[in-house]
Amino acid sequence: MLDYVRSNRREMIAAIVLIVLLAYYLITHPRGPSTYVMTIWANQCLILALAAAAQFFAVVVRGIDLSVGAIMALANTLASHLLDGSGISIVFGIAAVIAMGAACGLLNGLLIVFGRLQAIVVTLATASIFVGLALLLRPTPGGQINYDLADAMTLDVLGIPTAIVITVALIVCFWLPLRRTGLGLGIYAVGSSEQAAFQSGLNVVLIKVVSYTLAGVFAALAGLYYGFVTTTGDAGIAATFTLNSIAAAVLGGVLLRGGVGTLVGAFAGAFILKTIASLMFFSGIPSLAQPLFEGLILAAAIVIGGADVLRVRDKLEVFAR
Amino acid sequence: MTESPILEMKQVSKRYGATTALEKVTFSCVPSEIHAVLGENGAGKSTLMKLMAGVIRPSEGDIIVDGAPVTFASPSDAARLGIICIFQELSLVPDLNVRANLLMSAPGSGLFRLDTSILAQAQQLLERVGCGHIRMNARVGDLSLADQQVVEIVKGLVKKPRLLILDESTSALNTTVVERVFELVRAERDLGVSVLFISHRFHEIEALADRISVFRNGRLVDTFDNGAHTYSEIIDKMVGQPIDDLFPPKPDITSRGDGEVVLQTDNLAISDALDGISLTLRKGQITGLGGLDGQGQTTILKALFGLMRGVEGTIAVAGEVTAIPSPAVAKNPGIGIAYIPEDRKTEGLIQSQSILENLELPGIGNPGKQPEGGDTFTPWLDRLELKHGGLELPVSSLSGGNQQKVVLSKWLALAPRVLLLADPTRGIDVKTKTQIYQMLRQLADEGTAILLLTTDYEELIHLCDTAHIVYGGRVVAELTGEDITGQNIIAASMNVGVAEAGHA
Repeated sequence: MLDYVRSNRREMIAAIVLIVLLAYYLITHPRGPSTYVMTIWANQCLILALAAAAQFFAVVVRGIDLSVGAIMALANTLASHLLDGSGISIVFGIAAVIAMGAACGLLNGLLIVFGRLQAIVVTLATASIFVGLALLLRPTPGGQINYDLADAMTLDVLGIPTAIVITVALIVCFWLPLRRTGLGLGIYAVGSSEQAAFQSGLNVVLIKVVSYTLAGVFAALAGLYYGFVTTTGDAGIAATFTLNSIAAAVLGGVLLRGGVGTLVGAFAGAFILKTIASLMFFSGIPSLAQPLFEGLILAAAIVIGGADVLRVRDKLEVFAR
Repeated sequence: MTESPILEMKQVSKRYGATTALEKVTFSCVPSEIHAVLGENGAGKSTLMKLMAGVIRPSEGDIIVDGAPVTFASPSDAARLGIICIFQELSLVPDLNVRANLLMSAPGSGLFRLDTSILAQAQQLLERVGCGHIRMNARVGDLSLADQQVVEIVKGLVKKPRLLILDESTSALNTTVVERVFELVRAERDLGVSVLFISHRFHEIEALADRISVFRNGRLVDTFDNGAHTYSEIIDKMVGQPIDDLFPPKPDITSRGDGEVVLQTDNLAISDALDGISLTLRKGQITGLGGLDGQGQTTILKALFGLMRGVEGTIAVAGEVTAIPSPAVAKNPGIGIAYIPEDRKTEGLIQSQSILENLELPGIGNPGKQPEGGDTFTPWLDRLELKHGGLELPVSSLSGGNQQKVVLSKWLALAPRVLLLADPTRGIDVKTKTQIYQMLRQLADEGTAILLLTTDYEELIHLCDTAHIVYGGRVVAELTGEDITGQNIIAASMNVGVAEAGHA
């Protein structure tokens, strides 16, 4: 139990912070705790949570993905063309959007691994490409997403917001099983010490490519869900979501140096960030000052997370971090 | 010994650029035998292991497994043939727990399935070596080095090796645990496994090995049965013939008398890295700092240059107790310490800057005269015969030996009182080595106090006036004059006691 707490302390801290913030939000909300309030809140949180999950898969293998927002925008605009018609064509549309995300992530992964390029440079370039494609698909916000589908994904199931159901389902049906596979351990091994992973006989190349592909898939899911919430396609969402996905992941205890953090943590970080934004909306802080406060909170979280550098004896090691 | 070997190497060489790590080595590993490999630092032992384990590929020659030549693309290729290496630099992932580390590399594990059947066996092995206290849920990075080593050994054993390579795998373990690990290794041998064992500890080799091979300078010197030669004979094989003309003549200290004390440390300690280090550096003397890799020698130099936090004890410069909190203070003329770091490529030089810019770097921010312009450095560069195509060229255009000359010159231009050097001749050609040795002796004669960290016994013997041997963060032997011999150094390095090795 002690080991469990120790190895998951970042996630635990994030979860406690989230519960406190949510309780405060529900108490101060003018309309009080209700399914409606919870649903609006959860929908906003889930969009960012999926983007943070995408960022998690890039960061955990000691990379970064600056194209998360761009893939979201591309997925969102594509969905606004494909997800309005008969039931069967919608199913194919969803599959196409996810496949497109996987292809974008795969492209990132292949360029980074086989081109031996830095993730930050590769994804900066591909982000431009993806946004460019999204703008071709949807020069101005618009399009249509099937209302019945959108309602099903964004309202509630027996009083529980669908977004919460999806979040829990992803954790239970995807993340927990993944951790029990070679891939689930491999992504940590590669991010923590690529050399040790290689010497242990892991297929480092394959693991990295798969991890970036998963990042692409989650970014596409985020774009898709954004479509369900707004029922339109918008190519202009890329920049905000890329930066917020990094912020959310860091806030949830995912270390940018790789090898540390969990999908649950990234989710928690996203929920915290969105809750803070919603709190400020109702707290009377001028909306123009909101980025300032979000930034201060993020900076504080990062400083606390990096405090263990004070224990290092050899000053040269500090630079190596 | 009629069984056919599991793995053979035929005329295998490995080169890194101009450096030869292994030269035409022919070697074989037969079943049911524990084969020990001995040699100094840099003799080629680790290169040999890495070749066998598929971490690196030979420049020349063949590796033959079960009679057929093979090319390993990665360690997993070697592992598939039953060649399992337990590495000196641990192959554990620090951020994962023990269970994950074991599962990750288990033979039955792939991208999807994890072979949990090995966990029970691993737990059993842990208990057999008396390390049942290591919990499967513990994060590997939080374990002590000794416990990590045990996990590494268990990780190798559960893979069911046919050829088990132990590369300094017991260096951090205490004697009881080592003995139990040896029992496991012997049991493996009796099951027909071929074991290759590298260790610096003689008594371990004596206790375990069936056969012994000695390496020197990348060559296989001799292979013989355990017990065929005494300690001294084996050490002679490891050290080889001394090359006397490499080194400048040593002045006779006893006739010249002790020089003035420039720097003195009293009981320097850093929580778990150093303990009770008291050194005295004198004018005109070269003080050697020897021992096996990673026993704390580098930490001593770093502590003196203000690179370590949490240093206890005192440092006195010219009789005055002084705090040295940072390199900026250390290089200040009032203190005058210069440090030539171990890794000249990353720590000693800024590769993309020009030679001149690198040379001027230490002077920046230093009160008093600042060496500036190419002419200031000419005397030093000439003395070391730096070969360059112009001081405005990037420093990366120079060879390794010439880069080291730039590192030396940039500090010498500040005229330091104390010169700290971390293995300045590692991986450098013989001619440059000779130049550096002569330079150091001249500097000493001119009054600089020199502290030389080296992994080369020859340098301690032929260049240093006194030699301090470090083991486990403590100075275990102080040798002077005639007592600085290969036997004494090796014995002290392994902490076996000087007399024991000398008369065995």
